[in-house]
Amino acid sequence: MGMTLHVDIVSAEQEIFSGTAEMVFAPAIMGEVGIAPRHTQMLTPLKAGEVRVRTKGSEEQTFYVSGGMLEVQPHVVTILADTAMRAKDIDEAAAIKAKEHAEHALAGKKTEMDYARATAELAEAIAQLRTLERIRKKKK
Amino acid sequence: MASGKEIRTQIKSIQNTQKITRAMEMVAASKMRKAQDRMRASRPYAQKMVNVIAHLAQAHSEYKSTYMIEREVKRVGYIIISSDRGLCGGLNSNLFRTTVADMMAWDEKNIEIDMCTIGSKASGFFKRLKGNLRANTSHLGDAPRLDELLGAIKVMLDAYEAGEIDRLYIATNIFVNTMTQQPRVVQLLPISAPEKDKEIAHHWDYIYEPESRTVLDALLMRYIESLVYQGVVENIACEQAARMVAMKSASDNAGDLIDDLNLSYNKARQAAITQELSEIVAGAAAV
Repeated sequence: MGMTLHVDIVSAEQEIFSGTAEMVFAPAIMGEVGIAPRHTQMLTPLKAGEVRVRTKGSEEQTFYVSGGMLEVQPHVVTILADTAMRAKDIDEAAAIKAKEHAEHALAGKKTEMDYARATAELAEAIAQLRTLERIRKKKK
Repeated sequence: MASGKEIRTQIKSIQNTQKITRAMEMVAASKMRKAQDRMRASRPYAQKMVNVIAHLAQAHSEYKSTYMIEREVKRVGYIIISSDRGLCGGLNSNLFRTTVADMMAWDEKNIEIDMCTIGSKASGFFKRLKGNLRANTSHLGDAPRLDELLGAIKVMLDAYEAGEIDRLYIATNIFVNTMTQQPRVVQLLPISAPEKDKEIAHHWDYIYEPESRTVLDALLMRYIESLVYQGVVENIACEQAARMVAMKSASDNAGDLIDDLNLSYNKARQAAITQELSEIVAGAAAV
């Protein structure tokens, strides 16, 4: 009986592959790696490329990942695939955009948090809901 | 008593409203199903991530990430996830109430708060509070993509790494079932180590390529991002469920109103007929 690995490939938005395999090839950041069963524990980022899973009977399935993380335990391989293109400058640009959004929303006003007002407003909203609820009950 | 025609117009307008609320109810129901699927689809990733982090906590790594170290709290950050649209009952206001209560506890200790809002309802609400809003993103639609959230998350993670905030919380609704959604505030950073996997108890460590520091930071960053993404997806499911329930009760209420109005319309009509009859009879008697 040949030894097998359990392979899970998941992305944040969905599960891509789950099953057993004889060998897995992944584009690790330092170069492609091939993982056979009983490989020692390893943790490494992936770069964009193909993940090939050799299932029983030497059939191969190929998946494209745009990056991610590879975790290896002796009999389990987990690939956490990225769904988004990741690069430092892209991330940076997105961060700046989110900040601008916030500044735009605030329009220069930055003072103490007004908790009293928050509680008052919330109380009002809750009271409105409660009233609606009461009206509804009365109707019945 | 209002005249028959007035009541008729009123009934018409309520019927129109009822049509709208009923349509919204059905739309929300179908969207909710899709949102729930999406919520389920994002679970394996988070689950696998937790496994890896649990392994990591057991590995005897020489490097400890800043994401895992407890610091003295001087300033805290909140990521608040809300819906973009209203008409979903008390979903958002309940969440904001829980969040504000949580924030007040910090405020009493004179600890300042930074916020990052996802969804236009949250930014609208916390903007009026004049809080320190660091990042904001909204209009993600029904199928948000992770890369649309990354910018906002990065702002908070950068602040954490730079020591500007010492704790990070996420406020979102938990989907219990269609009728119940629970607002909750959960700590994101520093990451508390998950339960240990008992099967691998001996002394070991990973091979890190290229080095433990970069690998761990990249991994933990993705972990946080996946948690926030899950929060967003779950909140959408909550929003649709809450809207469905709210619209259902609105349709029911409209039905009750229409029944009442119909009754008074019929009464008015009967009264008019009776009056007409008695006038005719009186007229005939006078002749």
